[in-house]
Amino acid sequence: MSATATLGVERVPLARREWFVRTLQLGVILFFIAAWEGLGRAGLLDPFYYSRPSLFAPRIAEWFAPGSTAGDIWLDIRVTMTETVLGFLIGTLLGLIVGYAFARNRLLGLAFDPLLSMFNAIPRLVLAPVFILAFGIDLASKVALGVTLVFFIVFFATFAAVRDVDQTLVDNVRILGARRRDVTFEVLLPAAFSAIVASLRTSAGFAFAGAVVAEYIGSNAGLGRRIATAEAFFDSTGVFGGIVLIALLALLLDSLLQFVEGRSSRWKPRRER
Amino acid sequence: MPPSIALRGVSKVYRPPKKPPYLAIDRVDLEVDEGRFVSVVGPSGCGKSTILSLVAGLIPATIGTITIRDDPVRAVRTDVGFLFQRDALLPWRTVRENVSLALRFRGLGRREIADRVDPWLVRVGLAPFADNFPHELSGGMRKRTQLAQSLVVDPSVLLMDEPFSALDVQTRNLMENDLLELWGASGKTVLFITHDLEEAIALSDELVVMTAGPGRIKARYPVRLPRPRNVSEVRFAPGFASLYERAWSDLRDEVLRSYERSLRSAS
Repeated sequence: MSATATLGVERVPLARREWFVRTLQLGVILFFIAAWEGLGRAGLLDPFYYSRPSLFAPRIAEWFAPGSTAGDIWLDIRVTMTETVLGFLIGTLLGLIVGYAFARNRLLGLAFDPLLSMFNAIPRLVLAPVFILAFGIDLASKVALGVTLVFFIVFFATFAAVRDVDQTLVDNVRILGARRRDVTFEVLLPAAFSAIVASLRTSAGFAFAGAVVAEYIGSNAGLGRRIATAEAFFDSTGVFGGIVLIALLALLLDSLLQFVEGRSSRWKPRRER
Repeated sequence: MPPSIALRGVSKVYRPPKKPPYLAIDRVDLEVDEGRFVSVVGPSGCGKSTILSLVAGLIPATIGTITIRDDPVRAVRTDVGFLFQRDALLPWRTVRENVSLALRFRGLGRREIADRVDPWLVRVGLAPFADNFPHELSGGMRKRTQLAQSLVVDPSVLLMDEPFSALDVQTRNLMENDLLELWGASGKTVLFITHDLEEAIALSDELVVMTAGPGRIKARYPVRLPRPRNVSEVRFAPGFASLYERAWSDLRDEVLRSYERSLRSAS
């Protein structure tokens, strides 16, 4: 009995086997769908309120079919995505600028701290009606809501990252000859970007949620609008079709950002990613 | 020739927010001649790191003057190399990019930078890891990168703040030998801070023992051991043990004093 022989028979735990985990995950999803369908057919879920997979799946397919009577689904997706991307980009940029300025200027930070805390305490979604009144039912109000959601996430991430940056890094580059500008671009901003990338998925998710909710409350296009329309006709299949479509898009967006995050954090130790 | 580094009557008072101010070092006079390797030892909290920060111009002295080759230190000095105890490499930059920093800040072109950086990567044995990020390297390799990063602009003065204290003993001995080899023919002045008396003697031409805070210079000893040295063998050289004993009897009292004080402030 040698040590190598013992090592050779050591079992790989199931949780480490990729194929097993994947099969398990798929099984859980299939079980969930089957249970939903089964409960619906058995009459345990009231079809007036709760649609079921065999009803809304064809509905989604129909939306994508050419000449659908429910309006152009691609237009809705495009509108929602445009709002999401704009809300995300503007919110991130503003959060970065203000977070950086506050971290670098103590007095500025202290002066605005109570006001910002107050704004941050407001559940942002209640601002949707305000924005719709102020900016109309088109793009601008949806973007505005997304911006208020994204801004605070990025602002706090940037502020903390820049304020808590390791002084040793700053001292070191200064001795190496860095001017003020070099310190900003070589040390402070990369530290801020790293924090922003870490919060990327959260903030993009919020921009998406902001766009959909604002559409739901008042708009003439977008996925939120589609759900609101279905609701107005007591069409629970349409509502669930919209929800499922939104969930799938969110999933797609999230895996895209996960990829971006992985690509831009190659320099980080694995456990910190 | 003017001394490479000179401190004349230098005191430093720290004023931390919401705490009483305290005196870190008290009227320190120290001259280091060109090309000498001088180590400063003292108990923790004796202000030995403060001395380095003052010489590098990272913090201003409260009173007294500090000069490098007769040039008064008024702002951050970019003509010195500084090795920090903590990791100071930019984690988002590769080894090559980190070593290139000082040249980039000086506005050199790509070609020129590569011409000067590549030989350094080879010298410290990091050429195969040039495109790795710091977190992918061992502690010793990160120290080598930092050494190359500081030396690439050929500073006449090297300030080292317990640079090897975080390394394991074997790696540490290797690094100390590498340092002596790099320093050997360079003619650079080294001011080396450590709490390890053995390391201080093994490396230096002169040993400076400091008192417990506020730090004053308690004693200075010339180290007359032949060079080139191998740090893991020099401790068996004649003269090493007796010097160690004399310096340790100075240091021991200060270490005890510093320890007692830390117990008092903790209770």
